[in-house]
Amino acid sequence: MGAGHGGPLGSAYVARDTVVHRLPAHVALVAVVAFALVVVATPVRAAWAPAYAGYAVLVLGAAALARVPAGRLLRGLAVELPFVVFALLLPVVARGPRVEVLGLSLSESGLLAAGGLLAKATLSVLAATVLAATTTPQDLVRGMQRLRLPAVLVQILSFMVRYADVVAGELRRMRVARESRGFRGRGPGALKVVAGTAGALFVRSYERGERVHLAMLSRGGDGRLPAGPALAVPARTWLTGLALPLSAAALLAAGMLGA
Amino acid sequence: MHVPDGFLDAPTSVATGAVAAGTVALALRGARRELDERTAPLAGLTAAFVFAVQMVNFPVGAGTSGHLIGGALTAVLVGPWTAVLCMTVVLLVQAVLFADGGLTALGTNVTLMGLVAVAAGYGVFRLLVRLLPRTRSGVLGAAGAGAFLSVPAAALAFVGLFAAGGVADVPLGTVLAAMGGIHLLIGIGEAVITVAVLTAVLSVRPDLVHGARHLRRPADLATRPGLRAEGALR
Repeated sequence: MGAGHGGPLGSAYVARDTVVHRLPAHVALVAVVAFALVVVATPVRAAWAPAYAGYAVLVLGAAALARVPAGRLLRGLAVELPFVVFALLLPVVARGPRVEVLGLSLSESGLLAAGGLLAKATLSVLAATVLAATTTPQDLVRGMQRLRLPAVLVQILSFMVRYADVVAGELRRMRVARESRGFRGRGPGALKVVAGTAGALFVRSYERGERVHLAMLSRGGDGRLPAGPALAVPARTWLTGLALPLSAAALLAAGMLGA
Repeated sequence: MHVPDGFLDAPTSVATGAVAAGTVALALRGARRELDERTAPLAGLTAAFVFAVQMVNFPVGAGTSGHLIGGALTAVLVGPWTAVLCMTVVLLVQAVLFADGGLTALGTNVTLMGLVAVAAGYGVFRLLVRLLPRTRSGVLGAAGAGAFLSVPAAALAFVGLFAAGGVADVPLGTVLAAMGGIHLLIGIGEAVITVAVLTAVLSVRPDLVHGARHLRRPADLATRPGLRAEGALR
């Protein structure tokens, strides 16, 4: 498989040569999932604010080590916007004792829940953004393969990753063709045109799938994707990769003991 | 809209993760029946299609536009088991590459959008296909109703999970009303887009639509009137 084509899937990757980029994909995946687990397991109480601050320092440190630009991190955070709205509503609708903040009567438990929600979601999104910025989609698929994701699922995933940019490119060409013929996306007539595009895209994608299958058969495919021997990962690499979740877990443990 | 990390408590996340894993295991077997040994390339390309089409903004009317979630549409196009796999793979890619939906909430998201949306959408579709006339409009109407109901069904399942393991003490009626109301509107958009896309596919390649297989008839062989054999040969 080739490198990223600058399509929607490859756009998350930031090519650098850092210690974070050099981590094997499955180590990085385990590290980020473990970090998210630690963050999610942290209790939501005002006394835990230092722990959350510590997590933020850790994940931002990892981002700095990987030389991920700040703009990429901010753009990564945009996905949680709908939940920011939800979190902002929580103090207004939640039950329990009220406190006055800037003339608004807000629920104490709602404020706490909203703060916890935003902190946890933001920290996990930051960690996942660093993962996507330092690992190519193809490597991530290979990492999941090493983590024993079912073989058929790995194949579907690798076909999707391989062809997502191709299919999205097809969609872009259809849009250019539409617009160069004077199409304006307004009104019910436009729905018919855009839906026709999506329908054609499905037919083309499905037929491409059939062609890919025939091409595999004609090259002696037997339903398995050949994979090279998996390189052994030295303990040092695991330790480097797991430094992030391990230090987060240490913070959590320190908080638990202190409480 | 994907559930992020930390939205539901750990037991609920673990439970939905187990449900999602079981569903995917069943779907892997079911998809083999739908697509036989072509499963991987066809499901992969269909997942790429779902991923791409979720980026398209459709004008839905009244000056608004929406994008497709696609559970019901995919189920009608390629069959429910393959649809579950496609949605799972799309959610996995979105969580890992775009941080859209938490990594620890992946099971929750697969349960809501892979299992509940597809099951509700396809269940309603199959039921109505049986009741409605065996025509193209019958299939379209059934698919529209399935797509419409798949969205509030997923929202209701989310409210159920929130009641079981939400991290905030919010009156359930408020959440139910807000989520239900918003998602009924989103469901209308989903239904309009699903019917429009399905109409387009049915008019070009009706043989590709899994949910319209019962409309397929063997072609009748007939001589064309007024055309004699020697005329055609000359």
